[in-house]
Amino acid sequence: MTDSNPSPRTMLSKIWSDHVVAQEPESPAVLYIDLHLIHEVTSPQAFAGLREAGRQVRRPDKTFATMDHSTPTLALDLNLVNKMAAAQVRQLAKNCKEFGVTLYDLQSDRRGIVHVIGAELGLTQPGMLIVCGDSHTSTHGAFGALAFGIGTSEVEHVLATQCLLQTKQNSFEVRVEGKMDPGVTAKDIILAVMAKIGVDGGNGHVIEYTGPAIRALDMEQRMTICNMTIEAGARAGMIAPDDTTFEYLAGREYAPSGKAWDAAIDHWRQVATDEGASFDRRVTLDAGELEPMITYGTNPSMGMPLGDRIPTLDQFSDVDQRQSVEKALKYMDLEPGQSLLGHEIDVVFIGSCTNSRITDLRLAAGILDGRKVAEGLRMLVVPGSQSVKRQAEAEGLHEIFLKAGAEWREAGCSMCLAMNGDELEAGQYGVSTSNRNYEGRQGKGGRTFLASPLTAAASAVRGAITDPRTLL
Amino acid sequence: MEKFRKLTSHVVPLAEKDVDTDQIIPARFLTVIDKLGLGEHLFEDWRNLADGSPNPEFVLNRPEVQGAQILLAGSNFGCGSSREHAPWALMDWGVRAVISTSFADIFRNNSLKNGLLPVIVEAEAHKELFGIVAQDPQAEVTIDLVSQTVSFGNGHAVNFPMDPFAKLSLLEGVDQLGYLLSMEGKIAAYEASHDGS
Repeated sequence: MTDSNPSPRTMLSKIWSDHVVAQEPESPAVLYIDLHLIHEVTSPQAFAGLREAGRQVRRPDKTFATMDHSTPTLALDLNLVNKMAAAQVRQLAKNCKEFGVTLYDLQSDRRGIVHVIGAELGLTQPGMLIVCGDSHTSTHGAFGALAFGIGTSEVEHVLATQCLLQTKQNSFEVRVEGKMDPGVTAKDIILAVMAKIGVDGGNGHVIEYTGPAIRALDMEQRMTICNMTIEAGARAGMIAPDDTTFEYLAGREYAPSGKAWDAAIDHWRQVATDEGASFDRRVTLDAGELEPMITYGTNPSMGMPLGDRIPTLDQFSDVDQRQSVEKALKYMDLEPGQSLLGHEIDVVFIGSCTNSRITDLRLAAGILDGRKVAEGLRMLVVPGSQSVKRQAEAEGLHEIFLKAGAEWREAGCSMCLAMNGDELEAGQYGVSTSNRNYEGRQGKGGRTFLASPLTAAASAVRGAITDPRTLL
Repeated sequence: MEKFRKLTSHVVPLAEKDVDTDQIIPARFLTVIDKLGLGEHLFEDWRNLADGSPNPEFVLNRPEVQGAQILLAGSNFGCGSSREHAPWALMDWGVRAVISTSFADIFRNNSLKNGLLPVIVEAEAHKELFGIVAQDPQAEVTIDLVSQTVSFGNGHAVNFPMDPFAKLSLLEGVDQLGYLLSMEGKIAAYEASHDGS
């Protein structure tokens, strides 16, 4: 190295500059994409664009597809979803065949939610630039990758050129000090971050999570945190790679092996933010002060510790925010100042790219073991991938769920966005481990409380919103 | 992509902040494999009551906004899902520009790729615009992309920011894919120096 004292750089800056193909004046950067993930909902128009123009997929070897959003979870039979959803799934198969893209289709043992399988197949690696036509692509940042969601036009751009036009975002450090108490999970950390910075608090930024509480998390919990970063408007969340990351990746199907593995580790260790690098914005939280969180409103930032009361409207000094909460509470049929503990619920959903991995299922099963789901309550457990499903079955978790009276399903996005027929009915209350509590997100007229797998499982047992620490 | 230069229209006012793309176009309408006809379901669950009949309270159902090409929206418009079906649905209904104090990043990107202009104005002008429209639902607003101005009321005009690259693409109506394709030499060189490393 000629420069003995280079200025310290953030992980974002390093990965960004490693991927700049071109940067002309008054233009966005042309960035090279290492991994492009595809699913059935946001890709058909992009493939149609290629076909119309007679173009090919430039790098099918860097492009991987799966079907997850509108697939059935009762059984792997397309007759179980509506005709349009089935047609869209079949279109993906047709497109992948025509353009030579690897597809993990409905019958594949590697299929699952795109953000679950990317990691478990070892496709997601530190230092990479990863995109997918899906906002929760932020999940992959847990490995020290720069990963963000794109629209369908951009999916077409990447298919055709393996590149994307981007303007660099600002950097935002969210530091989490301390140590979590039992009963508190990564989901509670991210819901607390949301409540602190707001639903638009991350707009224009990429968030890097740092601090001892983040270092202590396993890869699946780190994915939960990065996954929900988009809910604050930040397109990407990142966590520096470390031994936890490398141990997770070792031996996975697409991870490097042999000599290439050693070289990769050397490279990956360089990815982390340098000591003393400056961020455009910083926020600090203390994990030791956190309690299990729950949302009360209709965006993920309207959340609070389980034991708190819903804020009263006079607590909001901003008029727009006050009106927004007022409208949300009307939709949720809840009162300002009300406690949510003991609030009766109809449905519990364990699943989604936020919380459907094996450790999430183990947490839920730990609560349900030897207990029953409350009478009249419907509980769906939807593993994030067929691989997670196999692992859970090998551990006997499915028997715990079934014995408790829950439904054990095939992998997919399911009730997170209710495209496949798994949905809340109008007026129903659900506690969900997913990422969005928007009006109607989980079914028209349905009302969602977002929470951790522990809180969701405990609430299923009692039939009402429950602090999981009472059942640990 | 459709060209965008100058647009004069009355306005659809939608004051809610943090309007997410699930409201703009609910997920159950995303099973399409083309971009057509999504305007029919724009704000479907706000437009219709539980029994399926139109909600007379919702702004899109009011007679005075029919034919409007500008949506005046609350802050952080288009948050949440990356679905490009949101700008497709807005455009299919007839919207060509959205004015707000801020937009979610992915929605803004997607809009610019389709010729739907996201116009960011300061809070003061934003409030003034809502006031004008409340007083006269037929009040016309002009958005001029060349001069990057929004004019309303007695010749009052405010500037809005727009990155030069997106501006040029919109003025010419060219898809940004063309620019990327023109980078072929550099892309190949990047691949040659990185593949297998």
